[in-house]
Amino acid sequence: MSIFQELTDREHVFEFLTQVQSPVDVRHGPILYLEDVNVSFDGFKAINNLNLTIDDGELRCIIGPNGAGKTTMMDIITGKTRPDTGSVWFGSRHNLLTMNEPDIASLGIGRKFQKPTVFEALTVFENLELAMAADKRVFPTLTAIMKPEYRDRIDEVLEMIGLKDLRDRLAGILSHGQKQWLEIGMLLMQKPRLLLVDEPVAGMTEQEMERTAELLTSLAGKQSVVVVEHDMGFVRSIARKVTVLHQGSVLAEGTMDQVSNDPEVIKVYLGEEA
Amino acid sequence: MWLTRPLQERSTQVFLGVLFAALVVVTFLHLFMPQDSALHVSAFTVTLLGKYLCYALLAVAVDLVWGYLGILSLGHGAFFALGGYAMGMYLMRQIGDRGVYGDPVLPDFMVFLNWLELPWFWHGFEMAWFAFIMVLLAPGLLALVFGFLAFRSRVTGVYLSIITQALTFALMLAFFRNEMGFGGNNGLTDFKDILGFNLRTDATRLGLFIATGIALAIGYVICRGIVTSKLGRVSVACRDAEARTRFLGYRVERVQLFVFVVSAMLAGVAGALYVPQVGIINPSEFSPLFSIEIVVWVALGGRATLYGAVIGAILVNYAKTVFTGIMPDAWLFALGGLFVLVTVFLPKGIAGLLQKRRKAKTDNDTPTGQEATA
Repeated sequence: MSIFQELTDREHVFEFLTQVQSPVDVRHGPILYLEDVNVSFDGFKAINNLNLTIDDGELRCIIGPNGAGKTTMMDIITGKTRPDTGSVWFGSRHNLLTMNEPDIASLGIGRKFQKPTVFEALTVFENLELAMAADKRVFPTLTAIMKPEYRDRIDEVLEMIGLKDLRDRLAGILSHGQKQWLEIGMLLMQKPRLLLVDEPVAGMTEQEMERTAELLTSLAGKQSVVVVEHDMGFVRSIARKVTVLHQGSVLAEGTMDQVSNDPEVIKVYLGEEA
Repeated sequence: MWLTRPLQERSTQVFLGVLFAALVVVTFLHLFMPQDSALHVSAFTVTLLGKYLCYALLAVAVDLVWGYLGILSLGHGAFFALGGYAMGMYLMRQIGDRGVYGDPVLPDFMVFLNWLELPWFWHGFEMAWFAFIMVLLAPGLLALVFGFLAFRSRVTGVYLSIITQALTFALMLAFFRNEMGFGGNNGLTDFKDILGFNLRTDATRLGLFIATGIALAIGYVICRGIVTSKLGRVSVACRDAEARTRFLGYRVERVQLFVFVVSAMLAGVAGALYVPQVGIINPSEFSPLFSIEIVVWVALGGRATLYGAVIGAILVNYAKTVFTGIMPDAWLFALGGLFVLVTVFLPKGIAGLLQKRRKAKTDNDTPTGQEATA
């Protein structure tokens, strides 16, 4: 079709009009694809030629010592930090570097922060309500009503995260572990394609850790989950594939056994001089 | 519907019930009690009460942005004054040739300044509908432009408070200038009538008082409708964890802008009803001190409750009337002392005290957003 015909065709829908709404394209396998990403803060290279691929439905653990660039990597994926060079793709259609934080969130990338931030002045139920996938513009939010199917969806998630009995209590009174689960619940309400979970078990008791492990493994398959964690025992209990970050780039990748026997990794973790 | 939802909740019903009962009682005592009776409410008192109700509406507007959105506006007096000026311009044009200089078109101060024709922005204000639209539009537009720039740049907290303070101060200086065309430091005054009713008659004063009461009721229901909607919960979320709300996919700056503009418009309405009752509008309404005083009313009454703002505004202004009558010089000290006492002993204001008592009676969960964090 010539350009003239294309422009005068009344039925023609231009690609730029539909692009934002288009679903994530995972036909080629990976849901997240980072290539040659570099970030430096005042000359300090936080991320150094990072290459990382996450497959659709995968549960991936990312470990690394302090300052390895784990949180910065999360910031790049969610649009909080812009890399100096490199490319970041969500599926094979969405270039995350051209999008802002709310757009990335509505595309289906949910992030759980290191420190649990729930809305303490709202109830557990209301926290989940706000997180629910919905039209989030001002006027639809003003006129939004709580439909029975929304209520069911929230109750379903409450069941999953084990906070059903605390449904109408203020989130401010929850224990640390319960807040972490509520956060994960809030992510689930957004029906994300990709979950970024930053240190989910920090400060948790043994039992809480076990329940968190169950929760995260039950999510994989339906969603892709990326877990950043320090706790090796926890990583061993959930991980199928582990990526080790060091000084802003990938040091090793493989199963937990492969990785923990890697001499490079042992060197970094035992603190020997390289 | 978000606007009718508040009508079904107990607290709003109680508030509206008390407000309408007060309107009816005052009207009754004014009209049917003999002049010499101790229970008679004079026209002067009716107007005074009307003034308190204007302040109450203004306080509700400030509580909406401060209590539920966490935006401490120290410049809400500007929106109040703009609404007042829009109303004042209408009232000026109603004077017609009854002014001191008898010019059929030009208000007195323009004749005095030897102006030959009406400035362009005074046209249209002879029509009531136009002026009433401007009462909403002028503060709303200012809030829209100011809020758009401030919230887009993610200016929040103390910095935003300082900018709002600067905004109202700048407007005060501008309105002091005669060249602005708003009567300079004398402002607009010598009003004759509104919608054809003589402003000096008792009946008009009573009418204005009742109109203010109804405006307060409507404003309260609008605010309550917003804070009990999902948007209200999003506002509380913005207040407590702005970055988190953004990650949930909400456009925080648009939520802030919407609520801020609604609040500014309500403040404008309060100003518009205030002007015919006090009979004058001048740049002192823009003064930063006045805007800070509004915040003190809300803090005293109790933040993030709306009815607390009403209680605070009425109580403080009643105290002001009494104190400035007895010891004019001591008023600011009394206000300061009251503020210190309430902050120390009643951190959640008077409304917090009421809630505590109610909670002690029925140990239920408090409704959304009542736990304002400082």
